[in-house]
Amino acid sequence: MATRIYNVFIVSKSGGLIYDYDHTSSSGTVHNLEVEKTFGYPLDIRLISENRKMIVEFGARDGIATGHVLISMNGISIEGMSEEQIKEFIQKEENFPLNLKFGRPRLSTNEKIVLASMFYPFFALAVQLSPELGSSGIKELETDTFKLYCNQTLTGVKFIIVAESKISGSSGIESLLDKIYELYADYALKNPFYSLEMPIRADLFDTNLALAIDQIERTGFI
Amino acid sequence: MTIYNLYIFHENGTLLYYQEWHRRKHTEMSREEEGKLLYGMIFSMKSFVNKLSPSDLKDGFQSFKTSKYRLNFYETASSVKFILNTDTSVTYSLVKDLLKAVYAQVFVEYAVKNPLYKPGDPILSLLFKNKCDHFIKASSFYK
Repeated sequence: MATRIYNVFIVSKSGGLIYDYDHTSSSGTVHNLEVEKTFGYPLDIRLISENRKMIVEFGARDGIATGHVLISMNGISIEGMSEEQIKEFIQKEENFPLNLKFGRPRLSTNEKIVLASMFYPFFALAVQLSPELGSSGIKELETDTFKLYCNQTLTGVKFIIVAESKISGSSGIESLLDKIYELYADYALKNPFYSLEMPIRADLFDTNLALAIDQIERTGFI
Repeated sequence: MTIYNLYIFHENGTLLYYQEWHRRKHTEMSREEEGKLLYGMIFSMKSFVNKLSPSDLKDGFQSFKTSKYRLNFYETASSVKFILNTDTSVTYSLVKDLLKAVYAQVFVEYAVKNPLYKPGDPILSLLFKNKCDHFIKASSFYK
């Protein structure tokens, strides 16, 4: 049974992101990425600016959902434009009809680092707020679009896999987590140029990880 | 199968209601502090999940599982949040149906429709407590 893997993260003992593998672009798993539409004046969706991005706040329609960001206007990327420029352009009637392209925001490396360090307190709080004695941290986190699997080693390193949510058994993912730990031990830790807690940059690790992920996606086991 | 405890939060984060059944481990904090901690965790978990998701979310965060328990989360359109801790053998879809029923048949009936209850205040009604207790105990996965 085929499983889709979206992301792999490795988080060090101190909560820093030391490795991330993005599988969403290469496997073509994300389909509703960008939508382009022609709009008349006035605009029937409400945009707000947040973190130097224009975000759809209200008025989802035709594949444009709340939370999507503005990517381009009339085919021209908005990168480099200031908020004021964009707002001014959108408010002028003579600029209409206007072609706007929206899409789900892609995670930047910085945002990935922030998310990785966010997971750390969740993991610790899950232990603290446990109603049962001797609980571990979060092993599985479930949403309607993806599932997150986490394996913490005895040395405190966390291996995190983000995968498709429609999987019945998670045995394949569990073996993939073990496999990644093995690869980490073999290709990162045994590398004489690798220092602990630092980002992993090893070609052998990358290729072997990609192989393992491909295999689990095709066959469902390692 | 076991149900440990239930938390109900208002949209502003106040703990409206807490009840426990088979809870074995308690935190050293007061109930209010524990509620704040849990609410804060769920709040940031929602935004975490929203950013991490490869495609658009409908319900968003549903549950997480550790070696010992599963925390199940259900939120109504008016942002009333229900958190039910069960053991790991219970699936989320079962819990979601139960929490939806608790919302519609207990929360709305005995809290919202109670004229003496002010929205946003902790629920102190004994009738609510009894109904909630019966409801949870009648579920298929309450031991």
